[in-house]
Amino acid sequence: MSLHDLEKSFQDKIDKEIKIEPKDWMPEAYRKTNLRQISQHAHSEIVGMLPEGNWITRAPSLKRKVILIAKVQDEAGHGLYLYSAAETLGSSRDQMIADLHSGKAKYSSIFNYPTLTWADMGAVGWLVDGAAILNQVMLCRTSYGPYARAMVRICKEESFHQRQGFESLMVLSKGTQAQRDMCQDAINRWWWPSLMMFGPTDSESTNSDQSIKWKIKRKTNDELRQQFVDMIVEQVKILGMTLPDPDLKWNEERQHYDFGNINWEEFWNVVKGNGPCNKQRLAARNKAHDEGAWVRAAALAYAEKRKNKLKNKAA
Amino acid sequence: MMNENKLVSSTLQLADSALILGQRNAAWCAHGPILEQDIAITNITLDLIGQARNFYQYAAKLMNEADNKNETEDTLAYFRNERDFKNYLICELPNGDWAQTILRQFFLSTFQSLLFEKMMQSSDTQLAAIATKSIKEIQYHLKWSSEWVIRLGDGTEESRNRILAAVDYLWMYTGEFFIPAAYEIFNAADLQQDWLHHVAIVFEEATIPFPAENQFMQTGGKTGMHTEHLGFIIAEMQSLQRAYPGAEW
Repeated sequence: MSLHDLEKSFQDKIDKEIKIEPKDWMPEAYRKTNLRQISQHAHSEIVGMLPEGNWITRAPSLKRKVILIAKVQDEAGHGLYLYSAAETLGSSRDQMIADLHSGKAKYSSIFNYPTLTWADMGAVGWLVDGAAILNQVMLCRTSYGPYARAMVRICKEESFHQRQGFESLMVLSKGTQAQRDMCQDAINRWWWPSLMMFGPTDSESTNSDQSIKWKIKRKTNDELRQQFVDMIVEQVKILGMTLPDPDLKWNEERQHYDFGNINWEEFWNVVKGNGPCNKQRLAARNKAHDEGAWVRAAALAYAEKRKNKLKNKAA
Repeated sequence: MMNENKLVSSTLQLADSALILGQRNAAWCAHGPILEQDIAITNITLDLIGQARNFYQYAAKLMNEADNKNETEDTLAYFRNERDFKNYLICELPNGDWAQTILRQFFLSTFQSLLFEKMMQSSDTQLAAIATKSIKEIQYHLKWSSEWVIRLGDGTEESRNRILAAVDYLWMYTGEFFIPAAYEIFNAADLQQDWLHHVAIVFEEATIPFPAENQFMQTGGKTGMHTEHLGFIIAEMQSLQRAYPGAEW
């Protein structure tokens, strides 16, 4: 088959909603885009453990402590499935992790913001996981089979995370004045970075058109962002809190909420490494990896010895 | 019939030990040497804090019934002071490296597996029930930590040196398990031979020389005489409850 025929049959499959599987022919750009996206997603899960892990030892009740630990642990699990999905595209987990640690690979910029108070645990669950879920629900139908299947499993856990985040804020919102202030402050700090999670506006986004055609994405950044705003505006009312945007108002004609301008300068600054915690996050990942090197080496050496022992016994 | 105070103190001792080790292990979450092991030690952390909650809830119930108090699992974990905590000293020692964390877990899990077997036979049905629920978890902790002790002992030269250093550091904190405090309702003294025997089996496979007999052993944790580490653990753990007294979370 000529390259042209291969590409045509590939696109036909996608148009017919047949999943692309690891051994199927695929255009190099499709493979690369998926590999970049899935590995970035895996890295986001792993780096995302840090800002929440930050509060585990200080969680204010034993119940909150176990919920938070279980949530951070779920993220490690998500990282595992996603690295496995990405490996089907021809990279190795070691290589992907090396790219993360060298700063070559990206992860979601939201995790470069600090978690300053306990209320941030609720706000991260509600807003950050809430934003992530909209993207992930869409990705359950993405065209690459292993990614779509990993997403189905991840979405179930993520929706639990979002609910527990909201519930945790709900308790604060009904608590003392100090707790309500803490809750509002966390919402104020996480609102705009959460909107940025959907990425640049459609007019600026370089990867969007091709990704939609290949059904890697099914909605544009701006569509997802609007969906998020519409959802959160309703939920924040239940909390009795406000969103820090004076321009937020219902638009009868569009049947959506209008919202203010996102500070894209801040967005690009954080992407480029100038966020409040970019350096600390990478340093923490590198430290864990470097300090774990002897542990991984020992496990390998032991496994090797054991294999040889068994071989000698058999001989 | 058991003395209530002894029962409460013993229950708190079991709760504190599980919580403080859980709190220590929790610091590995997101910082483990490899993703799979980060998940594994975090599972153990969750089990330990789950055990602590069961014991605290039971202690609170006993205290409330006896003295018309309003204790909960959280008042017991968050509003008692350094000298009130009764955990074994070994639980509060710093994580150190992976070898130190693993060996600490292995020593405690070996002991817990024996103690909880005994507790399952207790005439106190609540403690027996908690022990029955926990024993499966503990057997997993023991299997996991034993395998790691063996891997590190018989792995590379570096891992061997590190686990030997951990043995050297932690050994003197293992005697406390077997020296009963006045309040303890489970006499663990008779578990010592079994404990030594189990440890010796794993050490042999790990090619770790067994420590010399009759070494000096540190004690005090069970009666509230702790190392300097505990104050920091508690200060960090209790900070929000102390800063906002009376708040619900």
